Amino acid sequence: MDLLTVLALPLLGALLLAWFGSHRFAAELNAGVSCATLIAVAFLVLHVLRGGPLLAIHEQFFVDSFNVFLVALTAFVGFTTALFSRPYMRIEEQRGRLNAKRLRLYHSMYQLFMAAMFLALLTNNMGLLWVAMEAATLSTVLLVSLYRTRASLEAAWKYFILCGVGIAQALFGTILLYFAAERALGSEGMTALLWTHLNSVKGQLEPRVLGLAFVFLLVGYGTKVGLAPLHNWLPDAHAEGPTPVSAVLSGLLLNVALYAVIRSKVLVEGSIGSYLPGHMLMVFGLLSALLGAFFLWRQRDIKRLFGYSSIEHMGIITFAFGIGGPIANFAALLHMTVHSLTKSSIFFTAGHASQTADTQQMDGIRGLVSISPTIGWGLMLGSLAILGMPPFGVFASEFLVLTTAMREHPWTTPWLLIALGVAFAAIFRKVQPMVFGESDAPPLPHSPALVPVFVHLALVLMLGVYIPLALADWYRAAAQLIGG
Amino acid sequence: MHRSQLIAESLNLLAASLLLISFAMLSRRRTQRLITLFAWQGAVLFLSTILVAYSAGLTELYASAALTLLLKVIVLPWILHRLVRKLGAQWDSEPLVNIPTTMLVGLALVIFAFGLAQPISQMATTITRNTIGIALAVIFLAFLMMITRRKAITQVIGFLAMENGLFFAATSATYGMPMVIELGIALDLLVGFFILGIFFFQIREQFDSLDLSHLESLREE
Repeated sequence: MDLLTVLALPLLGALLLAWFGSHRFAAELNAGVSCATLIAVAFLVLHVLRGGPLLAIHEQFFVDSFNVFLVALTAFVGFTTALFSRPYMRIEEQRGRLNAKRLRLYHSMYQLFMAAMFLALLTNNMGLLWVAMEAATLSTVLLVSLYRTRASLEAAWKYFILCGVGIAQALFGTILLYFAAERALGSEGMTALLWTHLNSVKGQLEPRVLGLAFVFLLVGYGTKVGLAPLHNWLPDAHAEGPTPVSAVLSGLLLNVALYAVIRSKVLVEGSIGSYLPGHMLMVFGLLSALLGAFFLWRQRDIKRLFGYSSIEHMGIITFAFGIGGPIANFAALLHMTVHSLTKSSIFFTAGHASQTADTQQMDGIRGLVSISPTIGWGLMLGSLAILGMPPFGVFASEFLVLTTAMREHPWTTPWLLIALGVAFAAIFRKVQPMVFGESDAPPLPHSPALVPVFVHLALVLMLGVYIPLALADWYRAAAQLIGG
Repeated sequence: MHRSQLIAESLNLLAASLLLISFAMLSRRRTQRLITLFAWQGAVLFLSTILVAYSAGLTELYASAALTLLLKVIVLPWILHRLVRKLGAQWDSEPLVNIPTTMLVGLALVIFAFGLAQPISQMATTITRNTIGIALAVIFLAFLMMITRRKAITQVIGFLAMENGLFFAATSATYGMPMVIELGIALDLLVGFFILGIFFFQIREQFDSLDLSHLESLREE
């Protein structure tokens, strides 16, 4: 029941906003729907905490410790982003970059996107998972091109074609999975693609078919995670779309895509009985971390910079899942949480920073602290957090990943250290002059909603110092489930 | 026994013509010809699905065959033709690489696809097992077409052709996916297609052309 509410609320919100999306109170309605979703998710979480894993509606939906934490994270960041977008989009409208019609599209698609992500996370059916991932792509394509500038159209086209081709590969992987499942489970139509059923017979699935299926699934969903060398769409889409969209793309969609990869990995590893899938994840992850870090140096656009930083961090998380085992999985889950919180808060401040300076070029953004101390310090603290400074949570998770890598695969340690070092130098060097110094830019017409930024950063700080027992239990149970 | 052999033979024939159409698409320059070829591909797909449905006695597959006929043979080509006329885009679509080279690359891809599908084909129990390699080859050829073309519409046709290959893989390896999922896929395809339609107009409005070589400003310097 809770589960259906979680799915129905954003859908209902999308319908309502398709009607009222250009109205004066549309932004408040958007935030209200997101808040209601968050409350419904809280009930779902309580339900699962008390009653354990949950199967619902002919086993089509499934909640366990792995996805329930991602659902909670998604609902939370979805709500705070809606809060942030209220003044942000108002300023954009005032400056004439948007009109009422496009705001309606934005609000409606925002909720549709949330619904698609919840469906992807909650479904037990690998086929529905694919449909939901595709729906998440489609609902964001028009958001990336919301400003209708040449650059944003180009970014959206690239996003559509690259992710479309990627997701087609994932469909082929899903077909192969179904093919293998049909032989093990018999032809039972809908049940043959249920993850729980597949998981219980994974030892009997034909290893050769599953190996091939995993290659396609990894390439397909990996495109959406932004793994190198399939990452090309990511920086463009992050830079050219409106900032709230960049925040949810980076903070949520990448996580959901990685979730799909990990669900497939559990099945495939159980079937072929070797570490091959894990090794593939490690190679892709390490490559993305390195490439993301080195590309940081060349960036001039603030949102592109943090887009590449997302590639780097998704690389680290993928790498950690590739190592497998309870500690690395724990670190990966923790890093997923703190990256999503930190990166969305950085995009909030970066969005307001570029509104203040009226440009996204970092050369043009100067002296943020002197114009608005909250924006300036928010950006500085967020950058320090994402760079893995103690005592922020990113430090804890990166430390765990590094030590595990040192013990299990020593050859990877220098590469990881290089990636982290290069990223640190690049981002710090670019953020520092933006934050400090003098500026004569006027303050923003609407006071920005920066409470989410500091709430996110406070949570990240807390996770670095102390992880609540319930959360640690979740992580541990999820890490157990992923195995490897 | 005799009848099932006949069905298997005709399915192989249909699969081969699917591959042939994919090659023809690679060599066509005119956008309108490409749309016609895409419709033909859909028609072949429809026939093969009907055959599989008949031989396996699956009513679900008849429904998905009907869906194919409606969507890929009638609706999508019709909208594409209209779009092309409306946009005045009946011009030539020239590949970046010259056609003989593209064909040779395509041949290599087909061989690669067959190699990749070998272990699966050996295990398939369905009567269409020889066709998985062809399905994979169709997917790869569509991919090649998307890479070598620079026009927005041609890339979309490549994308749709890739989806045809996927659909063929689903019917030939597994008697089709469960109905709900197939409906979901069809819905996604349709919505995606409408978004593309909107896109064409937005791109043309901004660039006065549908040539994607204009879309190359977002590069790493």
